[in-house]
Amino acid sequence: MTMPLHTEARAAGYNFAFLDEQTKRALRRALLKAVAIPGYQVPFASREMPMPFGWGTGGIQVTASLIGPDDVLKVIDQGSDDTTNAVSIRKFFRRMTGVRTTERTEEATIVQTRHRVPERALSDDQILVYQVPIPEPLRYLEPRETETRKLHALSEYGLMHVKLYEDIARHGHIATTYAYPVMVGDRYVMDPSPIPKFDNPKMHRMRSLQLFGAGREQRVYAVPPFTSVRSLDFEDHPFAVQTWDQTCALCGAGDSFLDEIVTDDRGGRMFVCSDSDYCSRRRGDGETDPARGAAAE
Amino acid sequence: MYVAVKGGERAIDAAHDWLAEERRGDQAIPELTVGQIEGQLSLAVDRVMAEGSLFDRELAATAIKQARGDLIEAIFLVRAYRTTLSRFGYAEPVDTEKMAVKRRISAAFKDLPGGQVLGPTFDYTHRLIDLGLAEPGLEVEGAAPPPDDPAAPAHDDLMSPPRVVALLDDEGLLEQERPGPGDGDPGDITRQPLSFPADRGERLQALARGDEGYLLSLGYSTQRGYGRTHPFAGEIRHGAVAVEYVPPELGFPIVVGEIEVTECQLINQFAGSRERPPQFTQGYGLAFGHGERKAMSMALVDRALRSEELGEEIGAPAQDQEFVLAHADNVQATGFVEHLKLPHYVDFQSELELIRKLRDRWETPGQSEMRAEAAE
Amino acid sequence: MAGQPPSGPPGAADLATVSQAVFRSALDAIAHPGKIVALSAVPEAIGCANPAAVALLMALADSDTPLWIDPTARTTALPDHLRFHCGCPVVDDPALAAFALATDPATCPPLSDFPVGTPEYPDRSATLILQVDQLSAGRGVRLTGPGIETQTSLAASALPPDFWAQVAANNALFPLGIDIFLADDRRIVALPRSVSVEF
Repeated sequence: MTMPLHTEARAAGYNFAFLDEQTKRALRRALLKAVAIPGYQVPFASREMPMPFGWGTGGIQVTASLIGPDDVLKVIDQGSDDTTNAVSIRKFFRRMTGVRTTERTEEATIVQTRHRVPERALSDDQILVYQVPIPEPLRYLEPRETETRKLHALSEYGLMHVKLYEDIARHGHIATTYAYPVMVGDRYVMDPSPIPKFDNPKMHRMRSLQLFGAGREQRVYAVPPFTSVRSLDFEDHPFAVQTWDQTCALCGAGDSFLDEIVTDDRGGRMFVCSDSDYCSRRRGDGETDPARGAAAE
Repeated sequence: MYVAVKGGERAIDAAHDWLAEERRGDQAIPELTVGQIEGQLSLAVDRVMAEGSLFDRELAATAIKQARGDLIEAIFLVRAYRTTLSRFGYAEPVDTEKMAVKRRISAAFKDLPGGQVLGPTFDYTHRLIDLGLAEPGLEVEGAAPPPDDPAAPAHDDLMSPPRVVALLDDEGLLEQERPGPGDGDPGDITRQPLSFPADRGERLQALARGDEGYLLSLGYSTQRGYGRTHPFAGEIRHGAVAVEYVPPELGFPIVVGEIEVTECQLINQFAGSRERPPQFTQGYGLAFGHGERKAMSMALVDRALRSEELGEEIGAPAQDQEFVLAHADNVQATGFVEHLKLPHYVDFQSELELIRKLRDRWETPGQSEMRAEAAE
Repeated sequence: MAGQPPSGPPGAADLATVSQAVFRSALDAIAHPGKIVALSAVPEAIGCANPAAVALLMALADSDTPLWIDPTARTTALPDHLRFHCGCPVVDDPALAAFALATDPATCPPLSDFPVGTPEYPDRSATLILQVDQLSAGRGVRLTGPGIETQTSLAASALPPDFWAQVAANNALFPLGIDIFLADDRRIVALPRSVSVEF
């Protein structure tokens, strides 16, 4: 099974990667500051992109400011390369840059993602770009920006701990399953974007640079390589990730995040990998019944 | 056998083809021209230019056509186009006192220098659907003047009456909005994102591109007691103003074009505070094109947002600048509301697992603690 | 408005590509403090500013970023060149700078003269480009912090004796502080405020 790299001629009439150079410069300056202050949200003058706000415009602007002719881009949504919005964003960059795109995680120099961290570990020379809807981890506890800025300035995160503790009192455990808050570099509490908490441990001391873009909220932030990223918890209620009794019905993986698929209207269920590249590669690698793997292509 | 979903790209292409077909509508009916939209749906064009933050009638009309008449979609198209334009420089402030007015009214004075100029307005029409418009050619005679009607003023005859708000200047009863010695250039919210508290220049920029319906409702709420500001329509004027630019190599302004705007100055009672004497204060609104509803709503909200500066009690939604400004932009709002259409099955899967766990615990009291512990 | 850099499709492709490459090198550097990153494409030296320093400013500075330049460099063709190509205002007071270029470490003002941001907005701080003769790894000070797997070593020739103490003091301000790029002829090293230094 070979998956060719996709290339396409660049659309005429637009600057490389759509954004004008001045906008890119402003964004690049913000990104450099973001990396220098891990986990801190840097404001930037987000522009209107040809996709709606809330549909990845932050990640798209970050990628547009990063990407060059030699890059290879992978875009995933919910872990999959083939969900509609991932397809749309990938197509946009092919038209606006002419760069190659790929579905293979290890071939990409830039991976733009919505709601997942790929299962395969990323390397030093890859950059992971997250699309972020609400960058402020304290937003649902305190709606005012002037207040949340103050709380971050003072490193005053008691509010968040109270919220998590109330969960434990009421439910016996912390009732946050995605966008689970993390402490970055022992200084800033950060929203990891709506990834399942399953993915949180992958962020800790990750080898690759992680950049986060929130277009509508006009913020970028970053986690440099090898930086501590701890999910908030309590000594008597340590952080734990989701686990499944099942393995992937397609590739047999027992270490990946599984989506539940409803197979009929009589309560039939099956579980398959959310990371489509991981799953199809494992099937290609012959981890399971070959006939079954081929049928699923 | 379950097969992982594939073919997103083909499905999207097919959806776009269908969209193009729906946009064109019945092939037996001639296609709309951009010129028709520009000329005959001109208030839609004005709104798209105002909230799209780009004065270009033809582009706005094209966007309306492409958006099938969905004005927020058209505004979005114009904004995205605006992103690709590189900045030439900043124009000089437009001088609305020199506006060639097509319409100019004041509700605060019965008569005033320059008079009341009604201009093209819906205000005194009876809102009866003109069935004649359904059949072109059957329009009521005299409803639309022939193009060379001598009664219609030529552009050069339009005059620039003095501002109403200046009339109260002599007595010092109305605050006059002139740049003070310490005032620098206003900020630019397209270059530096809004940070709170935002100054008035930045607030006005955000309101100028804000959603008309949202500002209308907020403005309306101030009239119903949520942050009452006792407004009078000091002056509403609509017409053309010159846009000037000072090329650095010349050092003096040259006129680079002309745009149509609507300006509203509301006069509001102010009982006075320790620092300021009792006087009338102003709320200000400005919109591209002919947009009186927008300019008036903006002026109401602008005045409400000045409560803090004027030492008034704050409590109403329209006085809360973080609330008002963070939710005024309809391109941002529509994007985030509609993003709920995107797949969220990874998050949903996580929630599903949690709800099952909570449900278990709820259904078996007594054992719940143990179950919850075991599930961790 | 003078000297707005060209932007947009006509003839801008090269400019866009060069800026992008320089930015990616800067990003690589700041994501890996202490790592010596060679710039792939560099312009010519201007006045006493070396090619790497000119490349960083051309890629990142514009009319929104007040630039402080050391007095020696200010007497060369550099300010006019940057004003023309980047449109950036040149300021006399280091406290107003978004970018600062010191072509001679010996005459660089104390790091604390540059803006370090505010508790609510620590990003509103200067980025200092400091020219050095020669960067080398393996000997010198020991660096740790975000972006560094365990630790790394760095040496730069002709830095003032108290330079590393100043870098440590800058780190002590974290999350406030300035961010520094050391630039030799065609290579850069980043010392963001997050880096800890032992010497």
